[in-house]
Amino acid sequence: MFAYLIRRLMAAVVLLFVVSAITYAIFFVLPRLAGSTPDQLAAQYIGKSPDPKTIDAVKQNLGLDDPVYVQYWDFIRGIFAGREFNFGPDPAQCNVPCLGYSFRDHQEVWPEMLDRLPVTASLAIGAAVLWLISGVTTGVISALRPGSFFDRAAMGIALAGVSLPMFFTGTVALALFTFHWQIFPNEFTPLTENPVRWFQGLMLPWFSLAFLYSALYARLTRAGMLETMGEDYIRTARAKGLKEPVVITRHGLRSALTPIVTIFGMDFALLLGGAVITETVFSFNGVGSWAVQSINENDLPPILGVTLFAAFFIVICNLVVDFVYAAIDPRVRVS
Amino acid sequence: MTGLTKTGAVGEPVPAGTEASAFLDIRDLKVHFPTDDGVVKSVDGLSFQLEKGKTLGIVGESGSGKSVTSLAVMGLHTAGQYAKRRRAQLSGEIWLNGQELLSAEPDTVRRLRGREMSMIFQDPLSALHPYYKIGYQIVEAYRVHHDVDKKTARKRAIEMLDRVGIPQPDKRVDDYPHQFSGGMRQRAMIAMALVNNPELLIADEPTTALDVTVQAQILDLIRDLQKEFGSAVIIITHDLGVVAELADDIVVMYGGRCVERGSAEQIFDRPQHPYTWGLLGSMPRIDREATDRLIPVKGSPPSLINVPSGCAFHPRCPYADVPADDASRTVRPELREVGSGHFAACHMRQEDRERIYTEEIAPKL
Repeated sequence: MFAYLIRRLMAAVVLLFVVSAITYAIFFVLPRLAGSTPDQLAAQYIGKSPDPKTIDAVKQNLGLDDPVYVQYWDFIRGIFAGREFNFGPDPAQCNVPCLGYSFRDHQEVWPEMLDRLPVTASLAIGAAVLWLISGVTTGVISALRPGSFFDRAAMGIALAGVSLPMFFTGTVALALFTFHWQIFPNEFTPLTENPVRWFQGLMLPWFSLAFLYSALYARLTRAGMLETMGEDYIRTARAKGLKEPVVITRHGLRSALTPIVTIFGMDFALLLGGAVITETVFSFNGVGSWAVQSINENDLPPILGVTLFAAFFIVICNLVVDFVYAAIDPRVRVS
Repeated sequence: MTGLTKTGAVGEPVPAGTEASAFLDIRDLKVHFPTDDGVVKSVDGLSFQLEKGKTLGIVGESGSGKSVTSLAVMGLHTAGQYAKRRRAQLSGEIWLNGQELLSAEPDTVRRLRGREMSMIFQDPLSALHPYYKIGYQIVEAYRVHHDVDKKTARKRAIEMLDRVGIPQPDKRVDDYPHQFSGGMRQRAMIAMALVNNPELLIADEPTTALDVTVQAQILDLIRDLQKEFGSAVIIITHDLGVVAELADDIVVMYGGRCVERGSAEQIFDRPQHPYTWGLLGSMPRIDREATDRLIPVKGSPPSLINVPSGCAFHPRCPYADVPADDASRTVRPELREVGSGHFAACHMRQEDRERIYTEEIAPKL
């Protein structure tokens, strides 16, 4: 068990390095291949009317003329040790973990991302709780009575949920609940500021997101439960004289949940890395909408930062999934 | 009736509605499964009795209704089946210890499951939950029916594992099923089935998934445990060798019905039904000439939706034309007493049967 965890952990660290290298290459090497000169890159940091002297200075400071591996090394060192930038009148300290400076607003990437993280995290966590509860419950009830009215209705709605894109569901929800009936506000209030407003403001995005995902989870759970409840060990559980709810949860659901855990790890990590469409539809200033904004403005460092950040969550969540897997299924630990 | 049940022999059908005096008394059991293609009559009118301390062997090929019968006794056709239209339809009577099970409340039957009657399944790997420790699964079976703390139940589980011959039971109790060998898993299954001292133990092909040396060990174990606990045992198998070793009485099933039943001695020494002859002829025996070929029963098991008319066995029976008036193809044969406590469902006259058996069958067995 312990060896398994260590192995997984080391694999995760290696993976993160690989991801960072590839991401760095994409964002800083590809522009150069596409014809961007170090001068142009330096000019982006300075702003509107750069004079050659400043450009040279910035180039020097950021090491834009250095070979790629040196630049990558500086970037990685910045994450762990911090970095000093000197492209304006005053030298600026970029603190650990330094993901660089935004071209546009000359802010450090990391604190800006941290500012936006509560929005994205509130969105992701709340929606995840909702869709896990509703999706799994619906799936279980459907699987126990396949072909029943509940099953047909639930699976019909689930089909709609899977098919309808977020920008449709979210927009309709906004139109009805915010603008027509004016039940929910359309703004994000930090939890620490006003929990009630926080809750109200998140209701619509939560439910819109959860609708999309619980549809998928209901179908997955239903399929898993249908299969598991036909297993021999379920018959054994009944033959012991266990009560049916115990048979369903302890013996049935426990097995059926394994694939759900895997998918959930991925889905949740992707959301934490930025619920791009949801944040855009509800005009939330989260990590995802920041990434979209940075892409529109050609602002490379934040894009790189968000990408790395998202990759980080995916790797971490997968690691957690691996651990949970080992806890659920004892056979994983030996192999 | 009383005379028969006292000896524990497989007796005549008892009129419906009267209370049973045998420990397990099954009367005219029918288990039908409605499907899109028609009704599958897996068991279609089966009766037998079993006393405590006795072993009954139910023999037949795949699809003859053996397992369906055992699941019906355990009440496992209806447990957990919520969708009504797919549910098995059961009729007849199953009396266990003076209580009728088919008309009883589901929760009453659930309380009996695992305590009064328990079951060993064919494949112990798939019958044990892969995610739970062996000990936990036995503890769970014990604690459903006994209000004891985990420690006491665990002690009981270790005791049972020891009893069924698991080495180092206090260590192996914390193993998972995949860490056990096939034979050990079946031992663990048996420990789980016996943890509540059930009075009826149903073993559904308990040795089919095991290799031959382990088979013998498991059969020995079942026999020893039966002597020790004095429970009634039903052993379901397609392997006549297994019943020869264990059973006091034998029910031979074909197409959801009983075609012959009697004591093990009667079935092996004076079999009366052509299907039983076929089964015996296809069984390898150590006392037979090695050059003799086994004689298979020709054809394949009947469809349970469109059961052949008359005697269900007639399409495969070499003697279907022996009875007069084409009776084999038109009239369904009922069980008739052919010896004391020995019944067979065949239209052939006693003389014909005995002549064919002594002249054609016995020399080849």
